[in-house]
Amino acid sequence: MKHIDAVSHTRGESQFVDDMPQPSEMLYAAVFSSPVMHGKIIALHVQDVCSMDGIVAVLTSKDIPGENQIGPIIQDEELLASAEVCYVGQPVALVIGTSPEIARKGVRKITIDVEQLPAITDPKEAFSKGNIIGSPRTFILGDVEATWQKCDLVLEGVCDIGGQEHVYLETQRARAIPLEENNLCIYSATQGPSAVQRHAAKVLGLPGHNIEVDVKRLGGGFGGKEDQATPWACMAALAAWHTKKPVELVLGRADDIKMTGKRHPYKSDFKIGVTKEGKILAYEANHYQNSGATADLSPAVLERTLFHGTNSYFIPNVKIFGVCCRTNLPSNTAFRGFGGPQGMFVIESAIAKVAEKLDIPREEIQTKNLLKENDLFPYGQQVGNCRSLLTWNKAVEKYKLSEIRKRVEDYNKTHFEIKKGMAVMPICFGISFTTTYMNQASALVLVYTDGSISVSTGGVEMGQGLKSNIASIAAKGFGIRDIRIKIESTNTTRVANMSPSAASATTVLNGNATLIAIGQVLDRLKSMVAEELGVQDKGRITIVNEKVLCDGRETDWTWDRLVQTAHLNRIDLSAHGFFATPEIYFDKIKEKGHPFAYHIFGTAIIEVTLDCLRGTYDIDSVKIVHDLGRPLSELVDRGQIEGGLAQGLGWMTIEDLSFNEKGQLLSGALATYKVPDVYFMPDDIELTFLEDEGNTLGPYGNKAVGEPPLMYGIGVFFAIRCAMRAFRPQREFALASPLTPERVLLQLYAD
Amino acid sequence: MPLGELHGKHLVTIEGLNMDHLSPVQQAIVDEGATQCGFCTPGIVVSLTGYLMKDKIIINEEGVKKTLSGHLCRCTGYRSLKQSAFFLKDTVEGHTGIDTLVANRMIPDYFPGIPDRLRKMQSSVFGAGEKSTDYFIAGGTDLYVQKGDLLPESKVHLLNLHPEMKAISKKNGYIHVGALTTFEEFANHPDIANAIPDIQAYMSRIASLQIRNRATLGGNIINASPIGDMTTLLLALEAVLVLENDAQSRTVPITSFFRGYKQLDKIPSEILADILIPEFPLNTKINFEKVSKRKYLDIASVNSAMKIRREDGIIREIGLSMGGVAPVPLFLKATSHYFIGKQVCRDVVEGAFSIIQQEICPISDIRGSVDYKRLLARQLIIAHFTKLFPERVAVRDFYETY
Ligand SMILES: Cc1cc2nc3c(=O)[nH]c(=O)nc-3n(C[C@H](O)[C@H](O)[C@H](O)COP(=O)(O)OP(=O)(O)OC[C@H]3O[C@@H](n4cnc5c(N)ncnc54)[C@H](O)[C@@H]3O)c2cc1C
Repeated sequence: MKHIDAVSHTRGESQFVDDMPQPSEMLYAAVFSSPVMHGKIIALHVQDVCSMDGIVAVLTSKDIPGENQIGPIIQDEELLASAEVCYVGQPVALVIGTSPEIARKGVRKITIDVEQLPAITDPKEAFSKGNIIGSPRTFILGDVEATWQKCDLVLEGVCDIGGQEHVYLETQRARAIPLEENNLCIYSATQGPSAVQRHAAKVLGLPGHNIEVDVKRLGGGFGGKEDQATPWACMAALAAWHTKKPVELVLGRADDIKMTGKRHPYKSDFKIGVTKEGKILAYEANHYQNSGATADLSPAVLERTLFHGTNSYFIPNVKIFGVCCRTNLPSNTAFRGFGGPQGMFVIESAIAKVAEKLDIPREEIQTKNLLKENDLFPYGQQVGNCRSLLTWNKAVEKYKLSEIRKRVEDYNKTHFEIKKGMAVMPICFGISFTTTYMNQASALVLVYTDGSISVSTGGVEMGQGLKSNIASIAAKGFGIRDIRIKIESTNTTRVANMSPSAASATTVLNGNATLIAIGQVLDRLKSMVAEELGVQDKGRITIVNEKVLCDGRETDWTWDRLVQTAHLNRIDLSAHGFFATPEIYFDKIKEKGHPFAYHIFGTAIIEVTLDCLRGTYDIDSVKIVHDLGRPLSELVDRGQIEGGLAQGLGWMTIEDLSFNEKGQLLSGALATYKVPDVYFMPDDIELTFLEDEGNTLGPYGNKAVGEPPLMYGIGVFFAIRCAMRAFRPQREFALASPLTPERVLLQLYAD
Repeated sequence: MPLGELHGKHLVTIEGLNMDHLSPVQQAIVDEGATQCGFCTPGIVVSLTGYLMKDKIIINEEGVKKTLSGHLCRCTGYRSLKQSAFFLKDTVEGHTGIDTLVANRMIPDYFPGIPDRLRKMQSSVFGAGEKSTDYFIAGGTDLYVQKGDLLPESKVHLLNLHPEMKAISKKNGYIHVGALTTFEEFANHPDIANAIPDIQAYMSRIASLQIRNRATLGGNIINASPIGDMTTLLLALEAVLVLENDAQSRTVPITSFFRGYKQLDKIPSEILADILIPEFPLNTKINFEKVSKRKYLDIASVNSAMKIRREDGIIREIGLSMGGVAPVPLFLKATSHYFIGKQVCRDVVEGAFSIIQQEICPISDIRGSVDYKRLLARQLIIAHFTKLFPERVAVRDFYETY
């Protein structure tokens, strides 16, 4: 099956929030935000704005009828700053005008007096001053302290890991429409419709049922709209509530980059102990997460850093410490991988250090320590259905790793200023929300008398192909053609209390809920037809290709007849399905449990060419063996892998968030913040899928695919480093990302 | 682009490409799974269709990449988009060009009639705008980025309505390049290709096809960005600028045109009309270097150009320029002067390192730190000489000890 929206996308007919026909009298909002990193608000001057032609209202925290609070985990985030501002770009006031241009012009006229306070941008500094969010966490396995002296080699190091801007092509946006009697409908580009509903209700002081949130699709999300679509939707709702007019709020790119959070930068220290053969005996890491100004989802992101702190390796003695550090930057948030990539980067860095010290290829250490079935993770879960070695070995054989290694070395012997580099990157990524209660989903399945079907779930389509997956699941589930299925927008009046579309779990959760609903309808239909056919056991009835079979033989019942007859017999053709992932739990006091339904494995081999005169590089190839289970649509899953890879490669190399000492983002536009383009990505990308008997939890053996491939991109850092070492073998290079051409060149010629 | 420039033209958007069935471009994207969230897709469809509208093109991955060079897609990772080249090769090659595409139902059938329909429309004469103006707009590729919010309310003068400022011709020992010549027109002109053999390769590193189709040489110079790519190239070529103010005209060497950060030897009402590139003897060699964070579609951290001519192994003429290392695009006068009368060898090149460090004064910004830019200055000098005189110097000579 192809991407269900592909045709309308190519025709430009797919509607995003602001493509819907505009209601008459719609107003437009723009946001005034803090110009400074930290300070007390002394005065806000809006008089000049209020008198402007076309300006309808200027709203501040005082105009919030309910609670000025939108923090998702910890209540530390105001919708509009009331007394104190904590980062450049923090929303302070909302200007509403008759056109977006007028509203923006109004914003430019606002001035603010702030008594500035000291600001912090470095997570370690924040930690040392006690500026932390929640409590630090520590995962322990075995006893590292007792092990160091048993190791032949113990090394320490520091990593400085950069953040990443989401660059969803559709910036944040929402449209709120006031309805009768204090009801509001919000069209929001959010991954979490229920979060928008909850917070809009809270801000307006209304019960949840007054707020309807509808999401048709997103122009990309990548985590950036999991929690941080909420403020803009709440602001549009606040404006609509005040003006009693529809209000649309669309952030321009510059405002979006300035005001929203990003992937968390980390500073991490590690200590690793190995035998002379390269077996890792002990590993210790301390992760200082740069959380930004508020908690947002940071504690959950940190948790995943700890979960994935040992990546694909079994290490018998582990101590991983992590802490969320509060700084004066926009609050960092979910981004594909959700803390996992940072944890993996640090262990891969530690392995690089060991390999460099022992003067052997990195992959020799990696291969000696890969996870095996039933090995224990530091968080107490045993690896099941482990495919770590399997994907590794397959990559080694299929892509001829030893030949690649030899080719690189031979090339480097005969070339002076151009060097090749390579790295292998295995991944192991846990599937489930690590916050156990979030692993639930509902679906509403409606069968109409003409046999067509409407499916609503709590999942949001953001390009990842969820709608295609659900349609394919529903068609398979019923035994009918997929053109019968329509996937509806995601709407809080059809599905309540949704978890956000995140954690790569959207298809698993919502697909299973859909199947449960379908099972109920099918059960009723089968009972009816069994009776009509005089068959005792309805289990003998199946539906295949829209035909009703009994014991596998055709009957004169078709899907159409079945549905029509059921309706005449007053049989319910609608059902609500609910799914909760079984067997997962986590004890946060002991820091042990079984947080993941299963793990995704894979191995990538990355090759690069480095121009050591100019410091610039090309990624030559990426070759992947990926554990895909049984894809619902190979085309859709392939797209997820390639797109995730691109983001991972970008994160490690050219995506450079750089703030000045005033806390202003220097790379605050797409002219300065560089994401992969068509030339950046290698032409040579090979994918091999490891198909298996299927994963019992995913619908039809399907496995989660959204996030894991991003982490293949980490390999490029070590491939470039490998090329750098070929040019300057004696040199110690920093473990700092992104490894921009600047960082490469300055390190090659540090003398 | 200013709306005024659309006067008398037909603008095609995605809506104008839709037919009852999918076009080959649309079908390729659907079949290859080259659309995910869909937000960037309409633009890509329009660009790829534009690619096919040229007569008799050979469809290949390189062509598709060039066409997509100005598009960002955050979902697909581009492989599936590149893959659409193969689909298009199979279905469209041999059928490109508007008439053939129409005959094969690959674009809507109104296309061939567009010129006729435009002619029939009563077109009132549309003025370029007043001379006393807040802004001259050429391609607008810089102006709309910098002043997008202010332009709609300002008085503007649309230079593109002066087609006479576009021609390229040879006269009196100069190649005359009209200031409104776009980057693509410049690179594709035979006189330029003759004079600067590698111009296509340099061009591929500058902006994107879409921008190069709009951006003008004049805009690059007047914009006075210390890092303008064409400006750096023209500095090394020691071009001469022709400035006009009503009927009056004067010439200024580009090497003395830039006075300070965004300060020019030009009064606001003057228009840059022509750029004169001195014709140079055949044995002149030219090289352009650009280092940027992203290799394509990015502004340089540092760029540099060199024009050099030797006689009997002795450097007789040299023009060296560098961008991103001073408040202005810099002609490296002292460094250039140092080389005159010398041979190309390691010691001579190394001798320039300290001179160039005196001549430049970079600042730290998002394009790079001071240390980085100073280091690049040295590296790019080595790059010029090792690239143009591989028989005389190699990179290894400078870093033997590594
Ligand atoms: C996506 C993107 C990528 C880019 N990449 C690059 C790059 O790689 N390298 C690079 O060098 N630049 C790049 N640029 C910048 C820009 O494209 C160039 O500077 C371009 O040459 C500007 O030309 P223009 O005709 O569009 O100028 P405009 O934007 O129209 O004008 C620029 C300035 O020059 C003035 N002006 C223009 N023509 C004249 C004239 N004839 N007489 C008097 N004044 C005049 C205008 O008033 C204005 O002040 C990029 C821009 C974008 C948007």
